[in-house]
Amino acid sequence: MALTEIAAPAPMGLTPPSRVQIARTKFLKYGFGSPLAAAVSVLVFALLAYILWRFVDWAVVHAVWSRDNVDQCGHGGACWAVIDARHRLILFGTYPFEEHWRSTLAAIAIVATVLLSCIPAMWQPARLAVLWVVGFAAYYLLMEGSLLGLQQVTTDGWGGLSLTLFLFAAVVLLGMPMGLGLALMRRSDMPVVKWFALIIIDTIRSLPLVTTLFTAAVVVPLFLPGWLDGDKIWRVILAFALFFACYQAEVFRGGFQAIPKGQVEAGKALGLGYWNIMGRIVLPQVFRHALPSTINMVVVTFKETAIVTIIGFFDILASGKTAFGTADWAPYYIEVYLFVAAIYWVFIYSLGQYGEYLKGRMALSER
Amino acid sequence: MQSAEQLRTRVKRRKLIVQGTILIITVLAVWGAVSNAQYNLTRLNMTSGFAFLERGTGWNYSFSLVERSINDPYAYTLFIGLLNTLFVGFTCIVTTTIFGFVVGTMRDARHPALNFIANVYVQIFRNIPLILQAVFLYALLIHIGGPRQAISLGDVAFLSGRGLMLPGLNVSPWVAVAMLGACLALAIGLILAKVTLWRGLAGWLGGSVAMIMVMAVSFRPEGANLLSLPELQGLRFRGGVSVPIELFALVASITLYGSAYIAEIVRGGLAQVPRGLVEAGQALGLTRAAIWARIKVPMALRSIIPPLGNQWIFMMKATTIGIAIGFSDLFYITVNSISQSGQTLELILLLMLTFLAINYSIAIFTNWLNARLQLKEH
Repeated sequence: MALTEIAAPAPMGLTPPSRVQIARTKFLKYGFGSPLAAAVSVLVFALLAYILWRFVDWAVVHAVWSRDNVDQCGHGGACWAVIDARHRLILFGTYPFEEHWRSTLAAIAIVATVLLSCIPAMWQPARLAVLWVVGFAAYYLLMEGSLLGLQQVTTDGWGGLSLTLFLFAAVVLLGMPMGLGLALMRRSDMPVVKWFALIIIDTIRSLPLVTTLFTAAVVVPLFLPGWLDGDKIWRVILAFALFFACYQAEVFRGGFQAIPKGQVEAGKALGLGYWNIMGRIVLPQVFRHALPSTINMVVVTFKETAIVTIIGFFDILASGKTAFGTADWAPYYIEVYLFVAAIYWVFIYSLGQYGEYLKGRMALSER
Repeated sequence: MQSAEQLRTRVKRRKLIVQGTILIITVLAVWGAVSNAQYNLTRLNMTSGFAFLERGTGWNYSFSLVERSINDPYAYTLFIGLLNTLFVGFTCIVTTTIFGFVVGTMRDARHPALNFIANVYVQIFRNIPLILQAVFLYALLIHIGGPRQAISLGDVAFLSGRGLMLPGLNVSPWVAVAMLGACLALAIGLILAKVTLWRGLAGWLGGSVAMIMVMAVSFRPEGANLLSLPELQGLRFRGGVSVPIELFALVASITLYGSAYIAEIVRGGLAQVPRGLVEAGQALGLTRAAIWARIKVPMALRSIIPPLGNQWIFMMKATTIGIAIGFSDLFYITVNSISQSGQTLELILLLMLTFLAINYSIAIFTNWLNARLQLKEH
C-alpha cells in the first residue's frame, strides 16, 4: 500500500509522521475502514480480551502461590504451589539435593555460551569453537564433579532442565563439525566420498528422529563389541548429533550454492590448495550465508530434544510429569505443563526472534 | 619442479587412495558389526530371519481401522500399524494444509485484528515442542471425564475423556472406503485433466459430496436413517462415529503445530508475489478477494509447494510421537513387537524401509505436483 497516501507530504517545517502515528493510521484505516472490518475487529479483540481476562483471573487473581497454602488450592484458581514445591525436581531431576547449586551453575554456563555466541564479535570459527568447548566443559566438570574434587554424579543422575540443556549443547557442539564434514564430502569430486555422504544424509533425513534415537539406544549395542558399548546417553547424543549434522549439511549446501564458481577458480589459478581455498575463501562466506538457517536449525534442535523422553531420559518433560506424578499433586498437571511449556517457549521464541533479526540485518547489508 | 603430467597423476593417485580407504573402512565396519551381531544373537539364543512374522502376537493395542484380534500374526499387526500411521499422516496433511492456508492468509492480510490473532497463534504453537503439546492436550482431554461429563458440541457431537463422538453416515466400512477411493480418484482425475485451481477445487468438492450422497443413499441398510447421530445411553454413547481420544489428541496436536509452520510458508509465498501483479489487478478493478484467489494464490503456490512437501513429509514422521500418548502407530507397534518378540534387527529394518518408502513417495508426488504447477515457459 502506498505509504505516501498515509504519510501525506509534510508541509515545510513539519516533522514526518512517527512510526506510531503511521501504525495508528493504518490500524484505523484497515481495522475500521468498513463496517465489516470494524465488526471483525471488535469481535476478535473482544474474544481475545475475554480469553485474556479469564486466563489472568485463573492464573493470577485466584491463584495460590505458596506451598504453605496448598489447602486453598482447587477453588477456581491456578495452584502455583505445585511449582513452588516441585520446581527443583522439574529443573534438576533426581540430581542430589545438596548439589543443586552445581546444576544451576552448569545450566547458566550453557545459557551464557548461547548468549555469548549471539554477539557478532564472536562470529569467528575459532572463537565460537573455543567458546562452546569451554562452556560445554564447564557444564560437564560441574555436573560430573569428580575432576573438581566434588561428589561424583554420573549421567544417570542428571535430569530436568539441566539435562535438556546438556543434550542441546552436546548435539550442537558435535553436530556442527560433523555437518560441515558431510557438506564438504557431499561436494567432493570423488564419487565414493560423495555417495557415502549422500546416502547417509538422505537416509537420516528420511527417518523420524525417534527411530534414529531408538536405534542408537536399543539396536546399536547388538552391533558393537562390549568395550565399545559406552553409556546409553552418549550413543543417543551421537545419533542426535548425526541427525543434526545431516540437516545442517543441507543448510551449508545452500550456503555453498551462493558462492560464485569463479572464486574457487581464482583460488586455483593462484595455486592455492583445496584446504586453503576452502578455509580462506569459500567457508567464511558459506558461514555468513548459512547463518540464519543455522540459527533456525539450532532452535529446532532445542525443541526436538524433548523427544528423548520417549526413549527414557529424564529431561524436563519427563521430570515435569514426575512432578505431578504423586496423588497430592496429580490435579495440578495443567500448572506444571504450563510451567514447562513457558520455559521452552522463552528459549525458543527468543532464539527465533534473534534469527529473524539477523535475517533482516543481513538482507539490509546485501542491498 | 614437477611437470603438469606428474602432478595430475599424483592428484589422481591420492584421490584413489582416499576413496579406497573409505571403502575399506566401511566394509570393515559393516563386517565387524555383522559378526558382532551374529555373536550377540547366538549368545542370546535368538534366531534371526523373518519367520516370526507368521507367529501370533498375543498382545493388544489402542487403535485399528480394521478388524483385529489379539492372536493376529506379527505381519498383520505391523500392517495395522502402517495403516494407522498412514491414516493419521494423511488426515494431518489435509487438516494442516487447509488450516495453514487460512492462518497464512490471515497473516498476510492487512486487517489488524486478523493479523494479530494469527500472529499470536503462530508464535505460541510453533515455539513449543510438538511432543509437549501432544501430552498436554492428551492430559487435558482425558481429564474431561466419562461420557456423562461429555462436552456437547451443538448436541450432534460430543467430546469426552474417552473420545470424540461425531455424527456419521449409516454405511458399512467398505462403503466408506469406496467413498474415499472415489473422492481420491476424482481429485487425481481433475489434476491430470489440468483443470484450473479454483474450478478444480469446486468441482472436486461438489463431485465428492454428490458421490458420497448417492452412495450413502443407495447402500444404506434397510430402514435405517441416512445419518447416525451419537446419543448418550446409560454409560456410553451409541451411534455415530467414535474417534478414540488418543487418535483425536494426536491429530489435533499435530494439526495445531503443523498449521503454524504451514501458515508461515503460505505467508512467505504470498509475500513473494510481485507487487506489480497485485497492482495490475487493482488497476483492472478486481476486488481484494479476486486478487487473492486469481492472482496471489496461483502465483504463490509455485513457491509454496516445495517447502509444503517437506512439511508433509515432516507430518508423516511426526506421527511417531503417538507412542507418547499410547496411539498405536507403526513405531508404537514396532517397539512393542521388539520387546515381545526380541527380533530387534528385522523389525527396525522393516520400520526404516517403510519410512523411506513413504517419504520418497511423498517427495515424488510433490515434485510431480510442482512440475504441473510451474509456469509454462513461452
